[in-house]
Amino acid sequence: MAQHKVNYTQDGGLPVALTSIDKIVNWGRSNSIWALTYGLACCGIEMMASGASRYDFDRFGTIFRASPRQADVMIVAGTLTKKHAEFIKRLYDQMTEPRWVISMGSCANTGGMFNTYATVQGVDRIIPVDLYLPGCAPRPETLQYGVMLLQKKIRANKAGNAQKPKRLM
Amino acid sequence: MRTYTNKKNVQAKPYYTDRFWKAPQVAKYEVESDEVFAADLAAIKAKFPVSDAFIQVEQMTVWINASDIYGVLELMRDELAYTQLSEMSAIDFIEQRDEFEIFYQMLSMTKRKRIRIKYTIKNGQAVDSVEKLFRSADWSEREMFDMFGIEANAHPFMKRILMPYDWQGYPLLKTYPLQGDEFAAWYEVDKIYGKEAREEIGPEIRDTSTIDRYDSERFAKLGHEVPKGTEITGDEPKNEQNYQEEGGVFLIKKFDKDSSKVIDDPQR
Ligand code: SF4
Repeated sequence: MAQHKVNYTQDGGLPVALTSIDKIVNWGRSNSIWALTYGLACCGIEMMASGASRYDFDRFGTIFRASPRQADVMIVAGTLTKKHAEFIKRLYDQMTEPRWVISMGSCANTGGMFNTYATVQGVDRIIPVDLYLPGCAPRPETLQYGVMLLQKKIRANKAGNAQKPKRLM
Repeated sequence: MRTYTNKKNVQAKPYYTDRFWKAPQVAKYEVESDEVFAADLAAIKAKFPVSDAFIQVEQMTVWINASDIYGVLELMRDELAYTQLSEMSAIDFIEQRDEFEIFYQMLSMTKRKRIRIKYTIKNGQAVDSVEKLFRSADWSEREMFDMFGIEANAHPFMKRILMPYDWQGYPLLKTYPLQGDEFAAWYEVDKIYGKEAREEIGPEIRDTSTIDRYDSERFAKLGHEVPKGTEITGDEPKNEQNYQEEGGVFLIKKFDKDSSKVIDDPQR
């Protein structure tokens, strides 16, 4: 029996870890951020590249979902036109809480180079944004880093409380 | 760097000013210099009045009357083998002559020739639809309506194609401001949140070259970010943004660069 003796006082002695509810819930949340596929223009290509095998988003637990009801984060990748604005609002409303929004690329941040009548000058005019990624288009590394910062943000929140309503207005 | 000019009132002025360099016209040639075109023109002239015809860049341009367009295109498709309408749209000449030029770009696959049919209509007039002859005219005529407000008579579905159905204004008119009029600027806010929300959301920031260093609502100095709305003095401390808290993360091992092996041999 002696060789099977378990040392309870040391890390890894047993598959038991002591932690708080906050930490375990946030561990679950932050490591399974399912993203809504929201490629609107060229930035969408970089978002797809991040999901493909070279950059491998799956190892962050970020899996792209085609339905807002299964998604935690909306990665707005690309140019938001005024015609499309009402749909992004509707999809955002359909996402279950807690939910986050990453605005990817200059177009989504500020309208970018499309200083025209048909482009929304920044998605934050329509929905609240958690993280802005600069670039035209941002590299997949930027998106990965953004997701890691989002994980950090999630860990900083209390898990028990409902998410504070992030409202534009 | 370009010198900064204040663009705040740019939309108040009409967009169209004569600031574009005008290219000299491409040389025109007699239609008789090309046998195929000469025969085609003779066939058209036999049935319809033609006010002008010439060859430019190996293409023939034929000016006709607006009311003849359906007949001319039918003749060209059925008898002259111009079986494809590759493009059609309008050109805005309202400022100069209060009219639009409408053009139809035709292609013959067998003759390997292109002909452009043109006519003018007065501002506010409608054109005859050629959707029955060429299916491609279906969307082209809708686009022409969307961008210039020119309606096509007898078109089966005369609605906007690119802009939303409830859009006001015709964006390709020279008088339409590039950055949109009042309606365009508030379109998404009015539609989603209602007019009352305008004040709260605020106007669009169109002047991309303005950066207010002391505005902590919209801008942050990289590496020196402060919470939104903080008073900025200029000596904000540098904050290290790392993706893991110092104390480590539950169940996740912290990456330590010193104790990890770096492979920098590309031939490994
Ligand atoms: S930011 Fe650049 S790459 Fe991204 S959608 Fe806009 S134009 Fe395309």
